[in-house]
This record gives sequence, structure tokens and C-alpha cells, in this order.
Amino acid sequence: MEVKLRDPKSLMKLSKLGSFHQSKLSFLRSFLEEFKDWDYNRDLFQLNEKGFGTAVYSFSKNKRTYSLVCFANEIKDDERSDRVIATKWDAAFALHDGIPSKQDLDRLYNNVPKQEVGRLSYKELALSRANKSVRIFEHVIESLSNGKQPNKKTLSKVGYLYRTTAVYGSGKFGLADRFRIKNRDEIFGPFRLEMMLVYLVRQFTFDQVNHIAKNKNPKLAVELDIEICRNLGIGNSTGLGMAPFIVNHPILLNNWIMAREIALKRIREIEKVSKSEFEFFYNCLVKSLDNVTSWNTESDFQNKKINGLINDLKKFIKFIKDEFDFEEHYQFNQIYNWIEKNLKDECIEYIVSMMMEPYDKIISPLINKMSADEDRYFDIPSERTVEDLRNILEKNYSEILKIDFSKKENNQNFWFISKNKEEPRVSNRYIEEGSDLEQPLAIARDINKLYEIIFTKKNSLKIGSFLNENNDLRHVVRRAFITEKFPYAEIQDNTIGSELMPIDMLRLKLSFFGANKFDPRSDKWLRICMFQGAPLPMDLKSFNNSWIYNSLN
Amino acid sequence: MRSFSEIETTVKRATRAIGFSWGISEEVGKNVRLLEMFGLPGIKNINQYYKIYKISNFEDIREFSKSNSPKGHYCPILSGINFLDQSSVVSKFVDLEISNIAFPLLFISFVSRASEVVGKRIFLKMDDKEFLFNFNQSIYSNYLSGEILEKSERINLSFLENKDTFNDDEWTELYKLSEKTYVEETDSLKKTAAGAGLTDND
Repeated sequence: MEVKLRDPKSLMKLSKLGSFHQSKLSFLRSFLEEFKDWDYNRDLFQLNEKGFGTAVYSFSKNKRTYSLVCFANEIKDDERSDRVIATKWDAAFALHDGIPSKQDLDRLYNNVPKQEVGRLSYKELALSRANKSVRIFEHVIESLSNGKQPNKKTLSKVGYLYRTTAVYGSGKFGLADRFRIKNRDEIFGPFRLEMMLVYLVRQFTFDQVNHIAKNKNPKLAVELDIEICRNLGIGNSTGLGMAPFIVNHPILLNNWIMAREIALKRIREIEKVSKSEFEFFYNCLVKSLDNVTSWNTESDFQNKKINGLINDLKKFIKFIKDEFDFEEHYQFNQIYNWIEKNLKDECIEYIVSMMMEPYDKIISPLINKMSADEDRYFDIPSERTVEDLRNILEKNYSEILKIDFSKKENNQNFWFISKNKEEPRVSNRYIEEGSDLEQPLAIARDINKLYEIIFTKKNSLKIGSFLNENNDLRHVVRRAFITEKFPYAEIQDNTIGSELMPIDMLRLKLSFFGANKFDPRSDKWLRICMFQGAPLPMDLKSFNNSWIYNSLN
Repeated sequence: MRSFSEIETTVKRATRAIGFSWGISEEVGKNVRLLEMFGLPGIKNINQYYKIYKISNFEDIREFSKSNSPKGHYCPILSGINFLDQSSVVSKFVDLEISNIAFPLLFISFVSRASEVVGKRIFLKMDDKEFLFNFNQSIYSNYLSGEILEKSERINLSFLENKDTFNDDEWTELYKLSEKTYVEETDSLKKTAAGAGLTDND
């Protein structure tokens, strides 16, 4: 039996993409798989009694070393902010390529804490900063220094000791360009270095609280329990910076979604699912219910989603118990057909992620296909004709061509780069100034404009000649030809309409990172948690790959 | 040192700010990155060009012919974009001449990309400077000073036929040497080594 890939026109709607969850394909999970046989080391730990100072952690194998350089700084409570407007952070980090020399550490000390206004070099691969979770950091120190473990319920509400507020890579602020390192096998998967940085930061947070507690009360202090450590991750506050990324990298977006869709197709095509595979899937699902019920958010939007997910999961478990016939072949296809008919997007995508759990053989080869050489497809095929372009638009953009851009509400928002922080923002063009400096992220609107214009042109006109007069639409002509080869390259929705929920775009990217505990703080930024339940560096040589469902929280 | 990614992004935004479309800005960002990667002074040249862009009245080559000369000066960006878009047609001229192009280094980045698109090396002589574009993989040139080139009086450009850089004798000599790694096949090897068996025509 052959199952078709899901149709991009429905899959690539923002509300659907905003329902994606972490899976075995997620970058933080594939990072751990790749680095499990690397040697981990804490190379330097020079913190004062209050926990301020420098630390270096590394992963090495053969002759390659990656080092996380950490700077813990003293800041006042009123200087601490998760927002991008902050200029000081509790800690700042850089991932260095190799073993940093004394001169490197001095250079980094003068630049890394400054973040965007500092300068990095081609020797650095990623840059980040983080703030303590005020809610639990002091509680943990207080407990440990008094010889007690912190309250698990209090920890569970937050899930981390520190929250990163940005993780930069690929050439930002002088960091190494991707081309310098792209041929290294161990970092072929997307965002692998950023994942490494976050993972090592997590270990730093544990070492730091142990160190502070010990210095506070050397006789009584105890170390944070290893099981508690495993159940803490690293938080992240994520704003609109992520949203344009998925529009600006259409081939990468395609490759991420395509890997997921191929995985689903192959799983649905399995004729005889073994009992053990099915049990693996079912157990992960049941265990994960504990995780879902522990997600805390004040957001009505997200609470609705979580409650819907829990209700649908219960409905699904009832279906498995009462109606599902395991003896019938193509079991996962049966399941998929049922969930598509009976459940909402949030739960459909949750179960799709879960279906991948028993299938290393299907998933592992796909992980290496999630990167992209986007420059290869940058040139516009100017020898093609207007007829070719029209056919592509009608085939690949039919949903987008239905949007009526003569209506005010469909043009309501515009994306721009803030002068103050050089970060993306979105605002109402009918209220705010600045829409004349709009970024090219209104793809649906511009595709409609392109379609209108080519309707008046001769079929045989070459694209090169068409562009001669219409270079204002060059950016969408390029995209249209990209979708011919990459069906999941384009969001099939309006990114400037009044109904836009920018966090759908963030959620999509974060799900591929492997984040969970989505906690929207508005429609434009959210908090998440990464690596919660993950093995500690000491566990890496041998760990359970479905650790993400083992979290006690 | 600025990363190439920073160079591309900043040039793209600056190009948009000057008034070019986003699509053209994307192309120029890529091109200046390319020039800098090949060690040519892309940033210096584009920065200088944008200082005078709005106060000068640059022309654009809409349709290329064998000989192209403006009343004033050609814009290297719009002419470059059109050169790239029409490269398969333009390559049929084999040789062409372009007079008075402003900031020609910005134009040649498009020529480099066109070399890859048409699958031919392109030789370009700009006044006393020579450039050989190798399928956008490298640029070979006698221009190493890194200065700003405000204009060129004449550019002569040739699409080179794909042919060997060596003669048959040179190839044969080298090929004979390579044959010394082969094993002479005996009758026994002929029968057994390729796995065909005794009958190969049934």
C-alpha cells in the first residue's frame, strides 16, 4: 500500500504548523545521539563564593574539541529582563571551536557579556546569554545550603534554573560562517551547535548552584540531587526573531517538514506493526500525559490548546482500548485515519510525533536530510517562461491566491526591523508608522500581485524578459521556482492578516528544536523548556532515547 | 573581521534602502559576499557607489547587443541583473563590448555567476585589468590592488568555449603514465576476473 505525503496546502497553514510538537527528528534529540560517544569535560571552573566568574566545558573526540565558555556576572535585580531590550544578563556564553587559549578567554571576557554590541571571531560558533529564574534559583540555593533538596513541586512549575533569551549562530556578530564548518559530519544536522551550547549551559547551571550553596554553608550544604538535575532543563524566551527565519529559509523549512512527512508516510505504510513497536508507541504516549498535564501557562490561548490536547489524548486512548483492532494490518495507518477524522490539529500532530518513537531505522537516515544548501537554488531560471510560472502559481499557491488582498483586514500587519535592536517586529500598518520600510515577508500578498501581473503577459515570454520590467516582484518569482522542487517550502497562509498569530511561526521552529512546555506570554513571544528529562553528560554513553517522556515534571 | 553572513545581510538592507527592490537587493547581497570571499573589495566599491547613486543618472542595459554604449554611464547593478537574466542569450554573441560602466567591480560579480549559469568560462578585459571567471568557483585576475574602481571606459567580454587547456600529446603522455597502475590480463584473468563465465553471448 502506498500512502501519499500530506498535502502542503493544508499542512502548511499557520494554525497547523503552530500545532507541531517535538519528535525523534528534533534537533536537541539528534544532537544527543550524535555526541553520546564524545568525551565531556569541565575544563575550568573559576567562580567566586557568590557564583560569579568563568567556566569552560568541552566535548572532544579524536582531534576535535568544542568548548563552551561561560561568564557569570553580577547584575542588579532591576537590570534583569528577558526582553531583547536588555543589556545585562546573569550569564553569557560562547561556543568556541577548539580549546580556548588564555588570549581567547581574555578576548571573550571583553566581548561575550556585551552580546550584540561585542565582537566575536571565526573561532566562535555560537553566542548566548541567560537569566536566572528568579522564581526558583534562590529557593534552590537556600535549600541546598541548608542541607535539603528543593521542593519538587516548586521546581516542576518552572522546569529550569536559567532561561536563555537568545542563541545566535552562523555568522552573527562575527561568529564563524556556516561554510567554514559545514563539512564536519558531527554538526551536519541543523542547529547542532546551538543545541550543544544550550545543553552545556544546563550543566553549568547545576554546577553553579552546587558551588554557591557549598560556599554559603560549607558544613551543611548538599549537592542538587542527580534525579532532580535530570528533570530540569533550560528555559528559553523566544520572540519574533524566529518568525522571519522560516520565511527566509524556504528550502530548509521544506527539508524539515519533508523529513517529518516522509517519516509519517513510511510508518503508515508498515504492513505489520509488531506488538513491541506498538507497545513502545503506546507507553510513550501514556507517559507523556504526565508531562502535558504539568505544562503551566497563564495564556488562555495555550490553556485552550493544552486542554484540547488532553481531552483528545483521552479520547484517543479510549479508542485504542475499545475500538482499535491491532490484528488488522497497517495499524498506524488505521490510527492516522482515525485521528485525522476525530481529533484536532494539536493532538493529531502530537500523535504523529509519537508514532516515530519506535522507528530508529526510519528516522535516523532522515535526520541527515534536514540541512539545506540554499545557495544552489538561488538563481532564477530566467530561460523559463511566464506560462511555466503561471502553472507553478496555480498548482502550488492555489490557497494563497484565494486570499482577497483588496480587503483591509488581509493587509493589516507589516513586518519591520526595529532600529533600536535590529530585531524583527510586526505591527498594524493602519495605526503605526513605518510600513514603507516593510520587510519582504508578505509572501501571500506579493504572490497575488505577481499572479495578477503575469495574467496580462504572453505565455511565451521568458522570465528574464519579464523581470526586466518587474524586478519589484523578483523575490517572489525566485520563491515560486523554489516551490517547484520543494513542495513544503512555503507557508500557505497570510502572514500579514488581522488573524495572524505570530507565535504559530515560533512554535513551528521550536518544535523542530525539540522544545516543550510552550508558555505564550503574548501573541508575539513565549517561554519554552529544552532538555528537560535529558541525560546528564555523565549518562551520555548509555541513555534511553525516549528520555523526553521520562520527566517527572 | 565581519562574517560573510553579516556582509550579505547588511548589503541586502543597504541596497533596499537605496531604492532597489527586495529581489535585486538579495542578488546584490549575494554578489558582494562573493566578491569579498574571492578577495575583491566589494564593500568599498558598493559603499562608494551608493554615495553617488541618487545624485547621478545611471542608465541600464535592457537588451544586450554586441556593442553597448550609454549616453552617460551604466548602472552596474541593473546592467548586471539583466546580464545574469539574459546570460544564455548574451552568451551567443561570444564576444561583446560594454563602454562606460560605473563601479565595474559590482558588474563583474554578476558575470561570475553568469559563468556558472551558462556553463562556460568568461574572460573579461576591463581597461588594463583582466579577469577569468571559472564557473563562479573562482576568479583569476591581475587586479590585486583592492582599490575602488569608479568606472571603466571599455569592457571586452568573451564566453570561452569549453575546451582543454592542454594538447593531445600532453594528455597521451600522462595517460600512459596512469596505465602503469593497470594489470595486464592473462587468458585466465580474462575468463574469471570479470565474472562473465565462458559464455557471454547467449
